[in-house]
Amino acid sequence: MANATFRIWRGDKSGGGYKDYPIETSEGMVVLDAVHQIQASQANDLAVRWNCKAGKCGSCSAEVNGFPKLMCMTRLNTLDLTQPVTVQPMQTFPVIRDLVTDVSWNYEVKKTIQKMKTRKPDASDGTWRVNQRDVDRPQEFRKCIECFLCQNVCHVLREHQMFSEFVGPRFFVYAAALEMNPVDAADRVADLKDKHGIGLCNITKCCTHVCPEEIKITDNAIIPLKERVVDEFFDPVRKLFKMFKG
Amino acid sequence: MASYETFEHDVLVIGAGGAGLRAAVEASAAGTKVCVVSKSLLGKAHTVMAEGGMAAAMANVDDRDSWRVHFADTMRGGQYLNNPRMAEIHAKEAPDRVRELEAWGALFDRTKDGRILQRNFGGHRYPRLAHVGDRTGLEMIRTLQDHGVHQGIDFQMEITIVTLLKDGDRIAGAMGYDRERGRFKVYRAKAVVLATGGIGRAYQITSNSWEYTGDGQALAYHAGAKLLDMEFVQFHPTGMVWPPSVKGILVTEGVRGEGGVLRNNKGRRFMFDDIPENYRSSTADNEEEGWRYVTGDKSARRPPELLTRDHVARCIVREVREGRGSPHGGVFLDISWIKEKVQNAPEHIKKKLPSMYHQFKQLGDIDITKEPMEVGPTTHYVMGGVRVDADSQMSCVPGLFAAGECAAGLHGANRLGGNSLSDLLVFGKRAGEFAAKHAKSVSMPKLDSPQVEAAAKAAVAPFERQGGEGPYQIQQTLQDNMQQLAGIVRREDEMTRALELIASLKAKAANVSVYGNREYNAGWHTAMDLDSLLTVSEAVARAGLMRRESRGGHFRDDFPGKDNEWGQYNIEISKAADGSMRVERVPIVPMTGEHQKIVEENK
Amino acid sequence: MPSIDVPVRNGGFGQTSRRDNWWLAPLLTFIGLGAFVLYANVRVFQGDHYHFGPYLSPFYSPEIVGPSPHAWFQVAARPAWWPGFLPFSAALLVMWAPVGFRMTCYYYRGAYYKAFWADPPNCSVGEPRKSYWGERSWPLVIQNIHRYFLYFALIFIGILAHDAWKAYWFADGFHVNVGSLVMTLNPILLGGYTLGCHSFRHLIGGGMDEISKSPSRAAAYDCVTCLNKKHMVWAWCSLVWVAFSDVYLVLCSTGVWQDRRIF
Repeated sequence: MANATFRIWRGDKSGGGYKDYPIETSEGMVVLDAVHQIQASQANDLAVRWNCKAGKCGSCSAEVNGFPKLMCMTRLNTLDLTQPVTVQPMQTFPVIRDLVTDVSWNYEVKKTIQKMKTRKPDASDGTWRVNQRDVDRPQEFRKCIECFLCQNVCHVLREHQMFSEFVGPRFFVYAAALEMNPVDAADRVADLKDKHGIGLCNITKCCTHVCPEEIKITDNAIIPLKERVVDEFFDPVRKLFKMFKG
Repeated sequence: MASYETFEHDVLVIGAGGAGLRAAVEASAAGTKVCVVSKSLLGKAHTVMAEGGMAAAMANVDDRDSWRVHFADTMRGGQYLNNPRMAEIHAKEAPDRVRELEAWGALFDRTKDGRILQRNFGGHRYPRLAHVGDRTGLEMIRTLQDHGVHQGIDFQMEITIVTLLKDGDRIAGAMGYDRERGRFKVYRAKAVVLATGGIGRAYQITSNSWEYTGDGQALAYHAGAKLLDMEFVQFHPTGMVWPPSVKGILVTEGVRGEGGVLRNNKGRRFMFDDIPENYRSSTADNEEEGWRYVTGDKSARRPPELLTRDHVARCIVREVREGRGSPHGGVFLDISWIKEKVQNAPEHIKKKLPSMYHQFKQLGDIDITKEPMEVGPTTHYVMGGVRVDADSQMSCVPGLFAAGECAAGLHGANRLGGNSLSDLLVFGKRAGEFAAKHAKSVSMPKLDSPQVEAAAKAAVAPFERQGGEGPYQIQQTLQDNMQQLAGIVRREDEMTRALELIASLKAKAANVSVYGNREYNAGWHTAMDLDSLLTVSEAVARAGLMRRESRGGHFRDDFPGKDNEWGQYNIEISKAADGSMRVERVPIVPMTGEHQKIVEENK
Repeated sequence: MPSIDVPVRNGGFGQTSRRDNWWLAPLLTFIGLGAFVLYANVRVFQGDHYHFGPYLSPFYSPEIVGPSPHAWFQVAARPAWWPGFLPFSAALLVMWAPVGFRMTCYYYRGAYYKAFWADPPNCSVGEPRKSYWGERSWPLVIQNIHRYFLYFALIFIGILAHDAWKAYWFADGFHVNVGSLVMTLNPILLGGYTLGCHSFRHLIGGGMDEISKSPSRAAAYDCVTCLNKKHMVWAWCSLVWVAFSDVYLVLCSTGVWQDRRIF
């Protein structure tokens, strides 16, 4: 197979730039393989975060030719190798070094979402009886590998840096998994509206486009949650109804 | 003087996989101050790769199941080298550990009547694995992580521990550095739980991620703990073999549990040709019966594809060696054939094995609903590890605990699929519980500054050396070496050669040099892992050399049979006073009369 | 909520490392929606050529008050109470409902924020403005009334279906003309679009965590979900068809085109 050039961003928080690395490609290679090859032979100190190399842990998030991707799941035969392949760190989070960014904000945000609170068990042995149909829906959200590509691409965070008002698509998916869990009894709707800024999402669906797990983030998580917010806060008829019901 | 930041906790957990998180949750619930350090980010640990499920005798699908049958299955699978007390605790407590996950938010697949669904797996007599499609590990780690973050546990991510600290005989904490900036950290603690996982990175073809460098085993060994059963390394029979960049990545046993069959290039289901004596009565002797078994027919016996992993792996090696392999040096694993049996087979396969479908489609351009996969053995798991007390999970070093893959005892000579996730939960919980108990009963150990200074100096030494060997070269040579000389099939002369090579690599590692600065420097990180890798590799080779028989994960070409005499012994490894590795035969923990009765009634 | 400081590196409008034609999709949306809005405005204020034989333009349906034979309350030219400065058009009385439905539709919102406000122009492409309010505060918080427009839109499907039915009844009895088929496709496409609405999906069953306990709603939810997956396609097809059926009417009404009889 033909040779290729990788244009990798090198630097840290004080600045940096692109550096070109020529590599020898082989069949079935992914971007992460190329980065590893460069690391082993040309730049031992090239910083890259990775783990499972099979698209299951969500560590190797970066931007390949400007598009948010998992490096381990981006095969070279899907890229145009006649031009240099640009690899840069996720732009939304502070860079630590080279391709590694500081994603710790995400872990802090998770703490702000109310944890699971179980409803009364169905059986005397303290377990629940749940229909497979009803777990199918939240199970889609539980596929999330926390690669944070959706957080990276969401313009509310990426362009407007509203980190203190908006939790981002990942955590709407997380909240949806809890809200729609048939065993959960907590109510996170008010938080979603007031604390987590779901109203800031303007449904441009970029999160859905980049999700490596193909979770329909916008259609299946965010919009249904927005509708639940409407139920509680923006539907006058329903409010009236509630008032009469007490 | 090296500068370092110091933390004080009651319990320090090293590793944030299933066992580490479960231990931390338990210790924290017991009211102690807990810190978890992990080499990766939280929730990325190798547990996410576990696919099949967690074994627990809940009897939701087949009411004949009970902890007694699970115990007997585990002992048989481990060829009776297991610690029977651990196998008993594991079988008894696993169901509760699974149920509590549900209360913490896990969403398991369900039976028709709404209970947790359980699936068949190799070596388990009844459908026993609670699962979530083929991403059970992810569900488990996420559940524990999400539960843990609300408990006030101090999670410190991307930290590598380089040494355990001691105060006299007892444990005093650990010292490490953060991978992001390379700054040293000292963790003082009254109890330390090792939950670092396995050693797969000592081999070239492995399903394990870079983290699996045997840190826990090596740290414990240097701190004076004993290692057990290190010769038993499990090679999973089905890893991807093509394309080269994904070689070794796991193909879940669930594929076979759902009806996938192994064929050689002649199209023959070769697993029918070699069924071991002790499994003959419980294994199907024709294809039809095998199919009925995977579709839930309780009267059918399991197909030979679901025999224990060591056996299946060796059968595949045999087919490949004798020229009946697939084009890229594996054999064929076919699930697409079930279209003859089920309507809408492609949808069924995608529903049952979504991440497998995804993995082959994206990484190999193969549609598993239409064509067979090519698979071959891959280094998967080490049965051996730190020797611990069955009930408390404490090693012989006071205050040092170990749980999960880095501890030994539960699995004996071979682990059954699905017993790993339940192991993490059951013994992770126990390690956390007893570590908390221990921490409450002792005062904060003294910090030995010279010990810290020495470790810090050793850690930065590679930057100061010029012209030494590069860390990647040493790592790669070791991996090749272990793959060739101490892999699935072993011989005396090869393992002797392996030991010689390890000795020479040790000398090179002592002189390794890296360049750049300490911030997220992959070369330096690799150099820091070398000591652990070399230590566990040596342990595997030494123990493998000593055990002159074939049993479970350890297969000797020069001693192909099982030896009853050896069935009475485990191999224990410890660090001698002169720093050399001491290898000893120690009698196995005997089964009680009750244990024996259970084994007999389940023969 | 925790916060972090990130040096803003993305900078200016349209800045991106993307190499594909990221501007194409928003441009097409801009042209498509823009053209429709222009055309619709012209037609709505025109107040003429909106019916032909048994056909009534979807822009003007239902004709509550108006001069055509389709009107519920027929008036000569314009009702007395109509404000003088405004040209009278029967469409103005009803257009707010479908317009409101589409304006607040979850699909269109995402699409026109990109195409008309460049907020963002496309995924991982720099924006022209720094400030951002989202749909959290006035005026866009109004988008939350989407479900009320949905209720009207559901009624409109019935009305347009009735229009379609009438499109087969000519002065000389039941016949099928090309125009009848054009008019029939309208409620079908609008139905596909309206019944696949995200709000509808929520109301029909999405709001429940244990939908398996009401099998009929579960079945309905599945149908809605199925339509919802292609909501964008339904949205465009129905939009284009509304415009097309109106064009067809104009052509027939002005005599440019002869409506053909099939049988």
